[in-house]
Amino acid sequence: MQNLGIYASRLVRKEENFVPGHRACIGCGEALAVRLAAKAFGKNTIVVNATGCMEIVASQLPYTSWKLPWIHTLFENSAAVASGIEAGLKAQMRKGKLPQEDIKVAAIAGDGATLDIGLQALSGAMERGHDFVYLCFDNEAYMNTGIQRSSATPFGASTTTSPAGRAKAGQMSWKKDMPAIAVAHNIPYVATACPSYPFDLIEKVKKGLETRGPTYIHILSVCPTGWRCDTEISVMLGRLAVETGVFPLYEVENGKYKMSMVPDKLKPVKDYMKLQRRFRHLKPEAIDSIQARVVEEYEKLLEKAK
Amino acid sequence: MIGKRHGIEVSIALADAVKLCDADVIAAYPITPQTHIVEHLAELVAEGELDAEYIPVESEHSALSACLGSAAAGARTFTATAGQGLELMHEVLYVASGMRLPIVMAVANRALSAPLSVWGDHSDAMAVRDTGWIQIFTENGQEVVDQIICAFKIAEHHKVLLPVMIHLDGFNLSHVIEPIEMPDKQGVCDFAPHRRSPLTLHPSRPVAMGDFAPPVIFTEAKWAQEQAMLVVKPTIVEIWEQFAEKFGRTYKPVECYKCDGAKNLLFTMGSFSETAMTAVDKLRQAGVDIGLVRLRLWRPFPFEEFCAAVKDAETLLVLDRCISSGGPGGPVASELKSALYKLDKKPKVVSFVGGLGGRDITVAGFEKIIVDGLELAETGQERIFEIVGVRE
Ligand SMILES: Cc1ncc(C[n+]2csc(CCOP(=O)(O)OP(=O)(O)O)c2C)c(N)n1
Ligand code: SF4
Repeated sequence: MQNLGIYASRLVRKEENFVPGHRACIGCGEALAVRLAAKAFGKNTIVVNATGCMEIVASQLPYTSWKLPWIHTLFENSAAVASGIEAGLKAQMRKGKLPQEDIKVAAIAGDGATLDIGLQALSGAMERGHDFVYLCFDNEAYMNTGIQRSSATPFGASTTTSPAGRAKAGQMSWKKDMPAIAVAHNIPYVATACPSYPFDLIEKVKKGLETRGPTYIHILSVCPTGWRCDTEISVMLGRLAVETGVFPLYEVENGKYKMSMVPDKLKPVKDYMKLQRRFRHLKPEAIDSIQARVVEEYEKLLEKAK
Repeated sequence: MIGKRHGIEVSIALADAVKLCDADVIAAYPITPQTHIVEHLAELVAEGELDAEYIPVESEHSALSACLGSAAAGARTFTATAGQGLELMHEVLYVASGMRLPIVMAVANRALSAPLSVWGDHSDAMAVRDTGWIQIFTENGQEVVDQIICAFKIAEHHKVLLPVMIHLDGFNLSHVIEPIEMPDKQGVCDFAPHRRSPLTLHPSRPVAMGDFAPPVIFTEAKWAQEQAMLVVKPTIVEIWEQFAEKFGRTYKPVECYKCDGAKNLLFTMGSFSETAMTAVDKLRQAGVDIGLVRLRLWRPFPFEEFCAAVKDAETLLVLDRCISSGGPGGPVASELKSALYKLDKKPKVVSFVGGLGGRDITVAGFEKIIVDGLELAETGQERIFEIVGVRE
């Protein structure tokens, strides 16, 4: 991030493209992330929104929170719809049916829409090389339908379909590494971001948008409702996710990894987990094993970024 | 303006018709018996004969989703599918009609698994009959070509703005070589120039499409869509009349063959109708009182035209190429019965199901349907429907 944080606030657009009045829960990190991303989009972007919290809270007829051309169609097809928009604009500009101009396309979706049900459409669109940015707002579960596990749910988290009980301690598999899946598609730009680091997020979204070809940004979005945490700490929790190494910030440009922020020393994951009641059933040994896995994954990442 | 007729495979001619209409975006996913259509379009794009974005998607769900995007951006959009592909598109079909997106899709009708069958019947078309698409059934290759051209004009008409499905029987029609007269390019351009939708996705005028509708507004939204669907028939008829004027071939929602004064009528949809006509000819010569009614426009259903065509008949023998499982027999027969309900003098309906999964019905087969059907009408049909040619 260099010294961006010092002066960047002055450079950020004042105008909002995702405006107040939506129905997100108090402290919703996802709504904050969408607002920052929408600032980065600027005026010349068409937004495709998958079904999920952000679509539901921001588009209830007869209102909309979007000042940009916006379309929601279904849960699993935002990448495919974005492909069609991009192709439709391209063909019409080439054939003189629309004036030539630089119109960007952004697909936005939750983790369920991205890592699970929409993965095929996203993979197809990335492989075909459509020029669009795809933003996954990862709140680590299906929140809109009431906190069911997704393949982005972290190990040990209790959700309504991976509840912690006497026989089971919540979600029993490790979070799917979606950025790595995106990287494996050999696309020009992949990044992770978190609205707790707003300037970094804005810069990355801009970069994603400006890079030609498909780009993917994975954005950790704290959900107080689903994470069972206090509403006023969502920004802090996002920071802790990064500072503990649970959610490292990095970019992958043409396959080259680069860390966006390397804390001097990782904070213990329990500092992060103890603030969230979704983890409260975990025994110290379980937290120790999660700690070990986090460090292992983090070091692998540092190695890639060398 | 009568042009030259050339022998050509119907799928290829269909793709050529899409070229004549100068589509901007084509989304393609292979499935038998539709494959030749998208293959030929790929060739046309590769050869530079058609200037279009060709999106070889990774599934039918994405094919229609890409079509949603491109039509929402105002581009003239085409795709084709069949059977399982249409089923995979199912939820997307509702979005296309609910958003009033003028997409044109060819469906080379195919049976649905299991057991696996790549051959034709109308199960796929019937499974999507309530999705809000205009649905047109074709009889022969010429009609396929002409209806594709009309479909773009219908879909994009400002009084319509609804997606259109052109059904052609898989293999029975898609793969046969027929003499077809291709309309001339200029004629097609004049007849069906691309009309962009009034509302499209563009930064110059931001719109929100596909918002979330709470119960206070959903019914109104659906009612508005239904009103649109109900009033499109005159526009479709008008476009067919304009087509007749320009290209000399006439199309109507319901076609009657030797119906005048006939007390007994056979009812068909799709390419079997031509075989059925031959059977009608033969039986007429043998002194049997029979005519044929064929439905072209399946959605919106042409109630008036249908009732007018059958109002003087005593018997209506209906052939369905689909089973409405555990229900009232063939879906078409049950719908026709409901259309007749308000007539004081209704014909007796005898329901047949046949031609499933590519099973052929020959001229002799249709003769048997007619003879058996007339007998059943006399004696009364005990079963809900008769199944044609089954080895029990
Ligand atoms: C085909 C289909 N299956 C299920 C649903 C129900 N559904 C709507 S939103 C949603 C969860 C969305 O979760 P996610 O993508 O993680 O976004 P979030 O709500 O957490 O932001 C589900 C399961 C649907 N709309 N469509
Ligand atoms: S459930 Fe979570 S993601 Fe959804 S609006 Fe509420 S806080 Fe935001």
